[in-house]
Amino acid sequence: MRLLNLFKIAFKAIVVNKTRTLLTMLGIIIGVASVIAMLAIGEGSKESIRTTISSMGSNMITIKPGADSRGPARGSGGDVQTLTLENYEVIKAQATLLSYITPVVNGGGQVINGSYNWPSSIYGVNPSYLNIKAVGLKSGSMFTDAEVQSASKVAVIGQTVVDNVFPDGQDPIGQMIRFNNIPFKVIGVLEEKGENTFGQDQDDVVIAPYTTVQKRILAIDHLNQVVASAVSEADAPEAVTQVTEILRTEHKLMDTEEDDFSVQSMEELISTFSSTSEMLTILLVAVASISLLIGGIGIMNIMYVSVKERTKEIGLRMAVGGKGSDILMQFLIEAILISITGGFLGVILGLGSTEFIEKFLNWPTSVALYSIVISFAVCAVTGIFFGWYPARKASALDPITALRYE
Amino acid sequence: MKKDIIKIEELKREFVMGTETVHALRGISFNIKEGEFVTIMGSSGSGKSTLLNILGCLDQPTLGTYEIDGLKVKDLSRNELATIRNEKIGFIFQSYNLLPRTSALENVELPLLYNSKVTNRERKERAVKALEMVGLGDRMDHTASQLSGGQQQRVAIARSLVNNPVMILADEATGNLDTRNSYEIMSIFQELNSKGITIAFVTHEPDIAAFSSRTIVLKDGHIIKDFKNQKVQSAADELAKLPKEDYQL
Repeated sequence: MRLLNLFKIAFKAIVVNKTRTLLTMLGIIIGVASVIAMLAIGEGSKESIRTTISSMGSNMITIKPGADSRGPARGSGGDVQTLTLENYEVIKAQATLLSYITPVVNGGGQVINGSYNWPSSIYGVNPSYLNIKAVGLKSGSMFTDAEVQSASKVAVIGQTVVDNVFPDGQDPIGQMIRFNNIPFKVIGVLEEKGENTFGQDQDDVVIAPYTTVQKRILAIDHLNQVVASAVSEADAPEAVTQVTEILRTEHKLMDTEEDDFSVQSMEELISTFSSTSEMLTILLVAVASISLLIGGIGIMNIMYVSVKERTKEIGLRMAVGGKGSDILMQFLIEAILISITGGFLGVILGLGSTEFIEKFLNWPTSVALYSIVISFAVCAVTGIFFGWYPARKASALDPITALRYE
Repeated sequence: MKKDIIKIEELKREFVMGTETVHALRGISFNIKEGEFVTIMGSSGSGKSTLLNILGCLDQPTLGTYEIDGLKVKDLSRNELATIRNEKIGFIFQSYNLLPRTSALENVELPLLYNSKVTNRERKERAVKALEMVGLGDRMDHTASQLSGGQQQRVAIARSLVNNPVMILADEATGNLDTRNSYEIMSIFQELNSKGITIAFVTHEPDIAAFSSRTIVLKDGHIIKDFKNQKVQSAADELAKLPKEDYQL
């Protein structure tokens, strides 16, 4: 028997039972649509995390002093003074996989310009900082290495600071501001970066030579951080290892001792945050998959009822020459047609609802092609899997019994 | 000398029910020649349904031989039996067995759908022709529920004819019909028979048997009578004799 005829027969049976077919399909439609939408939401948030973190400089490596493990009381990571300028110099001299490196000292305080003031943070760095953070200047210029050497009182400020201490629209370049009563000359304004993923305003900063900040503001010798950038994103993990080894040697740590510092690449930060959203995605998709499975069971249920209900019809088909394989194929095709049509409508609904979520709920979404392919494949397989058993049952019927079935 | 459509020799069919063996057919032999109109009669339990199932290639004998149109049926697989049913036999049932919500034409096309040798166009042409033969040329688009019992049975007859079978096998084909419709159906059978189609008709109504040319009577798995009907009644004539309306309001 020609396959086309079988398709005709199966299609006919579906059309004859419109309402029932539609209701059966509904399970599959909702299942497929929710898998696609959930994956789109998951992918979307993962992507937005990656973009924001990357915007902070994707090759960036942060070196922080770790909790001091010597002595009975442990302080928090920032309090210890194990990271020194000498450490920075050694890393700078020995690490081959770093393209830029800067010491970082930071503190909070009040920015004052005449009658305006604003609480902000000051970062003492060297000129490489801008390259590492992948941020440019909106106007003016960055301070030079010479200004770092001479501990000049110059500063580059972020847009939020500009907005708050120069509210009259005055050009801040060349103006004097005071940070904790130390006067600084504004020589540049940073490009706006906005809030990062963690809600921190990246434009609310004052950047000055680290020497100045160390001496004039914080009055310290040690460093709060050293940030560097790896030569490429791919080299970042290798660079982390390299820096770790240099610092261990420098800190004279025995093999048995733990690091008294921490070295972290952006990649690690991304994966830490992505893993949270990934967990959520997996959870959402698991729930969506269950609804797809239930849709599949719905197909099996309907096909099973359909076989029972049409026992006499099956008997007749056999009496007029339908072979067992013909009957099997008929019911299998019927199940597959239902699931594939349902899958197709589900993809449309899934894309539609993703669009809706993006437009009206302002959730970042990103439809992955693989989610469409997978959910469609899953529903086709579901059709075959759940259609097989009832179809098999139908084909194994004895024509005499089937014909007499009431 | 017309050829034998059906040759049956020492046919036995036994069913094993638990520890007991039921002998449904205890060794029967007969031949049906091309163009015969045979009624098979018998009360329930006489083995007539079993015989019908074997004749229709839905079941196989335990012992003995059965040949249809020169083909030995014994030891054929399920699929081979299905092919024989498709190409050699036309079935008609007591309860019509039309597909619901399906047009008369599509119902008649059904057996040909299972025959890959028939093209789409040929299938439609043959179905239309068969429906015209039973006088339903104007009802081809009607579904089963839009047709009366007699009309449904005529669709079933068209369906049994459409594959040009060597024999039509009818199982109590008039059992669900009133006298008028029964006679109408019988007159169609007689007309088909006059065109040379072989018919085996299973019934328990003696007045229906009167329209056939030969009667085989079964009892307890044996043939107790097998006789030619000397005076075949015409169903068309009997139909004319019936009062115009069976009931008057």
